[in-house]
Amino acid sequence: MNIPLAAPGAGAGRSGRVGLWLRGVADKALPVLAVVAAIFVIWYAAAVWMNSQWTLDQAARAGQEVTFSEIVADTLTQDRPKLPAPHQVAVELYDTVIDKEITSRRSLVFHAWITLSATLLGFGFGTVLGILLAVGIVHNRAMDMSVMPWAIASQTIPILAIAPMIIVVLNSVGVQGLVPKAIISAYLSFFPVVVGMVSGLRSPQGMQMDLLRTYNASTAEVFWKLRLPASMPYLFASLKVGIAASLVGAIVGELPTGAVRGLGARLLSGSYYGQTVQIWSALIMAAVCAALLVGIVGAVQKIVLKRMGMSA
Amino acid sequence: MTDQAVPFAKGWLGPGSVKFFGALAVVLVVALVLSPGLLPLLAVWGFSWWLNARIAALPKSRATKLAVPVIFGLTILVLWQLVVRIYDVPGVILPAPTDIWARLTAEVPTLWEDFVQTFVKGALSGYVMGCAAAFVTAVLIDRSPFLQKGLLPVGNFIAALPIIGTAPILVMWFGFDWESKAAVVVVMVFFPMLVNTVAGLSATESMQRDLMKTYAASYWQTLFRLRLPAAMPFVFNGLKICTTLALIGAIVAEFFGSPIKGMGFRISTEVGRLGLDMVWAEITVAALAGSAFYGAVAVAERAVTFWHPSQRK
Repeated sequence: MNIPLAAPGAGAGRSGRVGLWLRGVADKALPVLAVVAAIFVIWYAAAVWMNSQWTLDQAARAGQEVTFSEIVADTLTQDRPKLPAPHQVAVELYDTVIDKEITSRRSLVFHAWITLSATLLGFGFGTVLGILLAVGIVHNRAMDMSVMPWAIASQTIPILAIAPMIIVVLNSVGVQGLVPKAIISAYLSFFPVVVGMVSGLRSPQGMQMDLLRTYNASTAEVFWKLRLPASMPYLFASLKVGIAASLVGAIVGELPTGAVRGLGARLLSGSYYGQTVQIWSALIMAAVCAALLVGIVGAVQKIVLKRMGMSA
Repeated sequence: MTDQAVPFAKGWLGPGSVKFFGALAVVLVVALVLSPGLLPLLAVWGFSWWLNARIAALPKSRATKLAVPVIFGLTILVLWQLVVRIYDVPGVILPAPTDIWARLTAEVPTLWEDFVQTFVKGALSGYVMGCAAAFVTAVLIDRSPFLQKGLLPVGNFIAALPIIGTAPILVMWFGFDWESKAAVVVVMVFFPMLVNTVAGLSATESMQRDLMKTYAASYWQTLFRLRLPAAMPFVFNGLKICTTLALIGAIVAEFFGSPIKGMGFRISTEVGRLGLDMVWAEITVAALAGSAFYGAVAVAERAVTFWHPSQRK
C-alpha cells in the first residue's frame, strides 16, 4: 500500500504532483468504493432473499412453478417489498425529488425542508444558549459547580424520550408547527455545546493566562482575545455533534402528533401503510440532510480555523 | 457541614453578602408590588443562590463538590413545585414533582414491567449483541489495512446519520415485540463501537510493538497481551457512548409499534391520554436507568483501565 515515492512508476507519465495526487486519491478512495460496492451487492442479495418468500407464496397460490431467474426478477420489482432494491429507492427518490414541484406535498424536498427548518432554528437556539451558559460557567464558580455536573449527567440519560411530551404539551397551549420541534432540536444540541464550549474556554494554558495578566488585561479582554479564539476547535467539534442530534430531534419530534409534513411524518406514514419504498427514500433523504449539515459545519470549521491560523 | 464550620463562621455572611441581600430585598419588594406569587419563588432562588455562592467560595473538597449540585437540583425541584402550586398550572401541562412521585410509587408494577420490556429485553440485549459484533468485526478487519481504510470513513459517516430512522423498517421485519427493539439498538450501537475499537487497536506505539516482536510474540499474543489492553480506554469510550444510544433506540423504536408494554409505548399512549404524571414517572425511570447503566460501565472501566492516566488519582 505504501509504495515509496521513488518507486518505479510512482508518477508514471505524469508530472510528479499529479501522479502523487492520483495515488493519494486511489489510496483513499479505492477502499471506500470497494466497501460501498460491497454494501450494494449485499443489499441486492438481501432484497432477493427477503422478498422471495412473497414471490414463492404468490406462485404457490397460483399453482405455478417459478424458476430462479423469475424469482430474482420478481423480487426486485415488487410494489411493497420487505426490502426494496436500491434501484427502486433511487427511482422513488428521483420521482419525489426531481419530478415533483418542490411546493407539492408529494415532493420529498418539501418534507425535507420542513424538517430542516425546524432543525436549523433549534440548532441556532441551542447553540446560542449553550455558548451563553458556557460563558457563565467559566466566569462564575458557583454556576460551574451547580450546573456542570447536571450538564454532564444529562448526556447519560435518554432525553429524546421527552420529545412526545413537549410536542403535545406545547400543542395544548396553542404552540404548533415549527417551534415545538425546534425546541426539541435546541435541547438536544444544547448540552454538547455547553460541555464542549466549557472545555474550550478553559483550554488556554496557565502561561497564556499569565501573559494576559502581565498585560493587565480585564476579564472581558481575556475572554475576547484569548478564551474565545482558543475555544473555536472545541466549539466546532461540538457543533458537529449538536447538528446531527438536532436533526434526529426534529425527526423524532414529528412522530407523536401524527404530523403530515416532514421526514419523520414520511417515516411514520410509510410504516402505517407498509410503503417500504417510501420509508427507505425518506431515510436516504434524512441521511443526505445529515451529511449535508455536518459537511457545512465542517467546511465552515475549515475556513474559520484556517483564517485564524489554527488549522493543523 | 461541621468540618467546614470554621471558614463558614469566620465570614458568616461573606464579603458582598450584604450587597447581595440588599439587592435581593429590593427585588422582592418590587415583586411584591407586581405579583405576590413571585415572592416565595424569588426568595427561594435568592437564598439558594447565596448559599451555593458561599459554598463554592470554600476550598474545594468532596463535600462541597457534592453539595453545590445537589442544592441546585433541589432548588429547581422546589421552584417547580412552587410554580405549579402558586399559579395552579393544570396537570396536563406540567404536573408537580409531588404528583409525579405519588404516581411513581403507585405504579411500581407497571413501571417495572415497562422497564423489563424496554431496558432488559430491548436495550440491554441489543447493546450486548451490537457491541460484541462491532468488537469482533473491528478485531477481524484489523488484519486488513484495505478494509480498515474502506470501513472507517463509511463507519464514521454512518455513525453521524439519523440511524433511528431505520426503526420503522426493523419493526416491520422483526415484529412488534422486543426483537425489533433489540435490532434497532444493534444497528445504532454498531458503528460508534466499531470506530472506537478500531481507533483503540491502533493506539499502541511502534516501540511497544517492536518490543513484542523482539519477544518473538505471535500476532495473537501481541493482540491479547499488548494491543487489546491498550485499546481498552477507547473501547470503554465507545461502550459509554452506546449506553445512551441503546436506551434512546429502544424507547424511540416503540413509537413505531410495540406490544402493550414498554417505556416508549407508555410514554406515547399516556401523552395521548394527557396522563403527564405517568409520562414524567417513565422519564424518571428512564433517566435513572440511563445513569445507572452509564455508571455501571464507568465502574467496569475503572476496574479494567486502572493503569490509564485518566483513572489515576
